[in-house]
Amino acid sequence: MKKILQICLLLLVPLGAFASAGIELEDADIDLTDHQSLENGAHLYVQYCLGCHSTKYIRYLNLADDFNIDQQEILQKVAPEGAGIYDKMLTAMNGHDAKKWFGTTPPDLSLIARSRGEDWLVSYLKGFYQDPSKKTGVNNTVFPDVAMPNPLWQLQGEQKAIVKTIDGREVITGLVITEAGAMTTKQFDKAVNDIVAFLVYAGEPAQVQRQSMGKYVLLFILMFGVIAYLLKKEYWKDVH
Amino acid sequence: MKKNYLASCGNWFLDRFPLTKLWNDHMAQYYAPKNFNFWYFFGSLALLVLVNQLVTGILLTMNYKPDAGLAFDSVEYIMREVPWGWLVRYMHSTGASAFFLVVYLHMFRGLIYGSFKQPRELVWIFGMLLFVALMAEAFMGYLLPWGQMSYWGAQVIISLFSAIPVIGDDLSLWVRGDYVISDATLNRFFAFHVISIPLILIMLVFLHIVALHEVGSNNPDGIEIKASKDPWGHPVDGIPFHPYYTVKDIVGVAVFIFFFATVLFYMPEMGGYFLEHANFIPADPLATPEHIAPVWYFTPFYAILRAIPDKFAGVIAMGGAIVVLFLLPWLDRSPVKSIRYRGGIYKKAILMFVISFLGLGYLGMQAPTAGATIMARIFTAMYFGFFLLMPIYTRWEKTKPVPKQLTDQPTIEDRIPGWKATFCEMVKEVPVEKDGATVMRKRPDTSGIINVLIRIAKNLKASLD
Repeated sequence: MKKILQICLLLLVPLGAFASAGIELEDADIDLTDHQSLENGAHLYVQYCLGCHSTKYIRYLNLADDFNIDQQEILQKVAPEGAGIYDKMLTAMNGHDAKKWFGTTPPDLSLIARSRGEDWLVSYLKGFYQDPSKKTGVNNTVFPDVAMPNPLWQLQGEQKAIVKTIDGREVITGLVITEAGAMTTKQFDKAVNDIVAFLVYAGEPAQVQRQSMGKYVLLFILMFGVIAYLLKKEYWKDVH
Repeated sequence: MKKNYLASCGNWFLDRFPLTKLWNDHMAQYYAPKNFNFWYFFGSLALLVLVNQLVTGILLTMNYKPDAGLAFDSVEYIMREVPWGWLVRYMHSTGASAFFLVVYLHMFRGLIYGSFKQPRELVWIFGMLLFVALMAEAFMGYLLPWGQMSYWGAQVIISLFSAIPVIGDDLSLWVRGDYVISDATLNRFFAFHVISIPLILIMLVFLHIVALHEVGSNNPDGIEIKASKDPWGHPVDGIPFHPYYTVKDIVGVAVFIFFFATVLFYMPEMGGYFLEHANFIPADPLATPEHIAPVWYFTPFYAILRAIPDKFAGVIAMGGAIVVLFLLPWLDRSPVKSIRYRGGIYKKAILMFVISFLGLGYLGMQAPTAGATIMARIFTAMYFGFFLLMPIYTRWEKTKPVPKQLTDQPTIEDRIPGWKATFCEMVKEVPVEKDGATVMRKRPDTSGIINVLIRIAKNLKASLD
């Protein structure tokens, strides 16, 4: 019996080694209570993403309500020209054309933060590098052979991959900026972070309410538990 | 006069319906052993989760649209536009996982204390039917959000029917109502999920409880309390279920909903285990996800399916893994029920079974690499070994003498001082200078932790003999 146990323990060891090697994802720094960051994110999203990607579950009114911003301000600063406050955040691009131009229809991004995760999104938006073999001229470190061109290249500038050969395989170890963009690295990091913050918000607008409510619910349950325990103790006094 | 009127109304009802008798038979004069421990909370908790699923499920149905074109959007509509819709939806989705967690622990309790043994075989059979119905309920419910994982998970599982020789292809076509998972499948799964299977579940819960109350509850000592009765005909070691166990179960409910609410409010996706990431992408029949994995509660059985090289044999093995549980009362030949009085072999066998079940559960979530498949085969062999070798090793082993009456075991409250002492052993106090004054800070103490771990290992080893 002991031997079998030992063999089992030995067999369990390689399980930990299954984790695959790859580019490490960057850490997103999202604060959903920072309305300024969210508003800026929504603004950048409308400017650089909405051209192709809808966020069909969000209306401009939601932004005004959830970010605690005046409706007029949302219309002037965030929403595109001509959009009404009750409009959904829909792209003007036609799906049929998109398929012709990019080979695929750009997905709706309402839930992208929930399917991909915030760290992945930050790494993806920062991970474009020059690759002349691609139709769009760029490739991506976390999404190889992606159909989307780099939408933020004017802000970020152009990046080149540092390639090293490890164990006979070409591996990208990092990216360097070869041509500066309109933003410094620090400004660009903040811009990307704000866009991702907006997408995280769009994934589940109720999450701020959910988390702030949680502590009161838990406190209530805790008090209920104490009373229930005292009641149990009282009743069980005569059980021996 | 008002009081009399009310009383006569009540009497009119009681003359025509045995409410008092029902209450007494099942609550106030149902005598349960007085030594129920931690493991005995999960039955009442399963009932609580069932009620939660029924109530939240009904509320969700009011806004959900069972239509391939609308289903995904309607779930997001519930999450965003319906007042408190997110809360109801998360209660339902977290409740599904909680249901399986609670039921697995409930079944494990039966396994260690021999609750399935004579005279409670029928209680176990009804319980197993409940488990199968619950799996069907969860599987069909998981298709309804119409996400990628809903779609492809259902596709994979239903295509298993086609592995059956001769009738397989027609059978899977009949189940789906189409050549692929489609609107027809969604509609029939919705019908089963909200009506047929809940009805079956409620009926089986009724049968499970009636059968249990006929023979009486088992207990951690695995002895029949009805064997020793006081002059009034009540078991000496029994206490009325109400109020003793009702108030005790309420404490269990408070602890349970504390954890439940923590998950619900702070981690409803549970890192992708309760709500899978790929399920936030609408179902796309043309794009297969890279890695299809069922939700965590099905993964042990899914791992068994994948471990067998032949598809049909895999289906048989997966079904067999559940069928073998039905046979448990007849596989176990031991004269004693509780693990407390069994020999060392059964204890080790249970440990191996737990390792194999958890191992299979883990492997079922991972991509099938060569190493993982070998591990899954070993665990599958262990899983079936536990059951199929049971007639041999339970007859073999030497059991300990069983007491006539329930024994006294330390309760959780009694154990708290011991836990405190262990904790103090693991941390040491370090004096730290702060603002000119010396304060004591607690730091983990390595040698203390090692001592405690060695002691735990020794205790575990001793308890296995």
